[in-house]
Amino acid sequence: MSLAKLPKPEELSKVSLQPPAKGWMENPAEFKPGTWCYSAAPKNLKALGLPNPREWKPSDADWKLPENWREIILQGMKERLERFRSFRLFMDICVRCGACADKCHFYIGSGDPKNMPVLRAELLRSVYRRYFTRSGRLLGKMAGARDLTVDVLKEWFYYFYQCTECRRCSVFCPFGIDQAEITMMGRELLNLVGCNINWVLEPAANCFRTGNHLGIQPHGMKDMLDFIAQDVEDRVGVHIEVPLNRKGAEILFVTPSADFFADPGTFTCMGYLMLFHEIGLDYTWSTYASEGGNFGLFTSHEMMKRLNAKIYAEAKRLGVKWILGGECGHMWRVLHQYMDTLNGPADFLDEPISPLTRTRFENAKSTRMVHIAEFTADLVRHGKLKLDSSRNDHLRVTFHDSCNPARAMGLLEEPRYVIRNVCNHFYEMPEETIREKTFCCGGGAGLATDENLEMRLRGGLPRAMAVKQVKEKHGVNRLACICAIDRATLPPLMEYWVPGVEVTGVHELVGNALVMKGEKKRETDLRGEPLPAREESKNV
Amino acid sequence: MNLGISFTAVILLILIALGGVAGIEAYSLFGIIIPYAAFIAFLAGVTYRIILWAKSPVPFRIPTTCGQQKSLPWIESNPLESPHNTPGVIGRMVLEVLFFRSLFRNSKVELREGKPIYGGAKWLWLAGLAFHWSFLIIVFRHLRFFFEPVPGCVNLLATLDGLFELGVPTLFLTDALFLVSVTYLFLRRLAIPCLRYISLPADYFPLLLILAIGLSGFLMRHVYKVDLYKVKELALGWVRFQPQIPEGIGWIFYLHLFLVSVLLAYFPMSKLVHMGGVFLSPTRNLANDNRMRRHVNPWNYPVKVHTYEEYEDEFRDKMKAAGIPVERE
Repeated sequence: MSLAKLPKPEELSKVSLQPPAKGWMENPAEFKPGTWCYSAAPKNLKALGLPNPREWKPSDADWKLPENWREIILQGMKERLERFRSFRLFMDICVRCGACADKCHFYIGSGDPKNMPVLRAELLRSVYRRYFTRSGRLLGKMAGARDLTVDVLKEWFYYFYQCTECRRCSVFCPFGIDQAEITMMGRELLNLVGCNINWVLEPAANCFRTGNHLGIQPHGMKDMLDFIAQDVEDRVGVHIEVPLNRKGAEILFVTPSADFFADPGTFTCMGYLMLFHEIGLDYTWSTYASEGGNFGLFTSHEMMKRLNAKIYAEAKRLGVKWILGGECGHMWRVLHQYMDTLNGPADFLDEPISPLTRTRFENAKSTRMVHIAEFTADLVRHGKLKLDSSRNDHLRVTFHDSCNPARAMGLLEEPRYVIRNVCNHFYEMPEETIREKTFCCGGGAGLATDENLEMRLRGGLPRAMAVKQVKEKHGVNRLACICAIDRATLPPLMEYWVPGVEVTGVHELVGNALVMKGEKKRETDLRGEPLPAREESKNV
Repeated sequence: MNLGISFTAVILLILIALGGVAGIEAYSLFGIIIPYAAFIAFLAGVTYRIILWAKSPVPFRIPTTCGQQKSLPWIESNPLESPHNTPGVIGRMVLEVLFFRSLFRNSKVELREGKPIYGGAKWLWLAGLAFHWSFLIIVFRHLRFFFEPVPGCVNLLATLDGLFELGVPTLFLTDALFLVSVTYLFLRRLAIPCLRYISLPADYFPLLLILAIGLSGFLMRHVYKVDLYKVKELALGWVRFQPQIPEGIGWIFYLHLFLVSVLLAYFPMSKLVHMGGVFLSPTRNLANDNRMRRHVNPWNYPVKVHTYEEYEDEFRDKMKAAGIPVERE
């Protein structure tokens, strides 16, 4: 599906938040084109050893489920209720107060009541009650319980792949019920019977084999990074070597593969390369651990662990002291909240210390992995970088907090500090749409695929409208973010809802402003777009 | 329909109590056996529920961060919204449990010409807070029936609660707040379309039951007055395990008591367990110190990974051709 085939924005934004007359249990999911993702190809399931690989489509009547699919799901639920207190608790304690209802970007953009987090959770809760509580077994529908049928399973698929695990609802829930956690359980269960989507499993399968989601092989990665370094040389006049799989380096750098694969991520990548070169960082990239992102998070806890294992394994093999991570959202959910537990302890690494400022990153002393926004903010604070922020004067910038760094890390000020130091025109979006209340790009959690474009644009509506507001008020033309998925999904979102706003990583802005030793007179920014003429006196 | 079921259920309960007391005069059943049974069901049920929750481990540390993390020393962190240590977590939990911090954030979205407009929506928070606090104070005030002499703090609270000295007997402020807030919470469920859509019988029933309890209590205090000394005699009998029914307590008391008994028995198997659950919620009661301190998952098991050796075996030639270092030539 392309933007051209979609209804006009004026049409798509006509959303009614009025629920239908029929009760939700009587309304099975309807698989409308543009609102769901293609099922995973059997080869990807086979590559990962996942059950029930087969050809099927979500729009088919017959999903070719295993004969005992119901037992598999219920057994899976039982195991997860016993393993995750979050799951058991969140099944029991919701009071349906509705505080979460209009906090979901998919609900705001689609008006579909099952996108209210409370109802999306009820899809699973109703089955929990039927099979795991006495009142549900005895009273059935009166207790809000219902049988697990094929229609219910299809509904799970439709709506659990219509949640981006952004956790915005959990900020508002008086009990902290986190829909992301429920979606994760729902997806784990669906995976047990082979109901998964290709846009998640193909990257996962790629990552397992080649080390990154995009399936880039080691020599390909070298070509890409060299190509980006060449771009830097063309535009900045500084030759940069890109260290790969170098043993004995002090720091291993891991970022989403999308950063060296496609625009505008590559511009962010230029920023990384320039920064590391300029400060003389003793570091290396890895082709084996060439992915910071982790689509296992969107599959199962087990898959998350399987894909994440590479990072520590590679750090150990290369003998680095600590790990630095690039700009990415869900990647940092995994690194911050899961990695140490899954694959730690990282006792073979040192507690991270910045080689330039000698700052000890106390907040990363166990996991031993530092976010690049923390790293760069520290460099800027200590005056280790020569920055000419006027080189970003053609940009009027706003900042989109990516869901996971905001709501699973609390990384709010570091990127802002960096932006304020490299840009002169920075404007915040409305308070209800930033920081812990930030809105998803609409394509997180593996949903950023083009067949799902209508739903992405709907889910991205609250974010887009907030950008539109600062565009109209302050002339904002650049949307900064610290997430590779954002860099892939926000450009079409902007093109559709707010034409004229481009998307950038924070380190692209850093690269623009960074004054490098031996650089030529900058005539363009990193995108090759000419810089506006300036007075000589300012040109220091 | 969901409302109808709940409404009918509460009416039925009221009729049972009235029939049982005013009709067949089964005082012992309604005054002793049912209250005891309900109380036992409450204790056993809540204990069972909490054990069930506690038995499931917390494999990952997954706080929802609602403020700046603690990172660099010169960046001010938010100790309550993104606590990095135990005092911070306790502070966060206190705010959640006593003041419903997260609900206070509530906002309301309206779509105007395709644009979401965010408005304030503090009524739910206010009514929720009023309801829970007044309920707590009312329960606390009831302790005067179970102690002889009445503890000073209970008397003090009752005095404060009846400060305005409206009417005889004094109208308790919390009684009024309680009835108003429950009514608001009930009407809100009916009036807001998406809330009506998500509401189950299990949402209407406890509200109606609690409303009926409040109204029967209110009527008992201000309209169909009963002999409170006799009520206290009965209550002390329960506490001392020598229960007996004093003559002549009015029917309204038994109605009130029966509805409370039903609430107690119903509590552990209903959404009302959120009272205990909020303390255990892993998105709130854990510190955001994930990278500072390792969290251990008790069931962390080994998984199948793709090792570097397997990777290099597949790509060795290409790596060598591209000049990328390898382990084995």
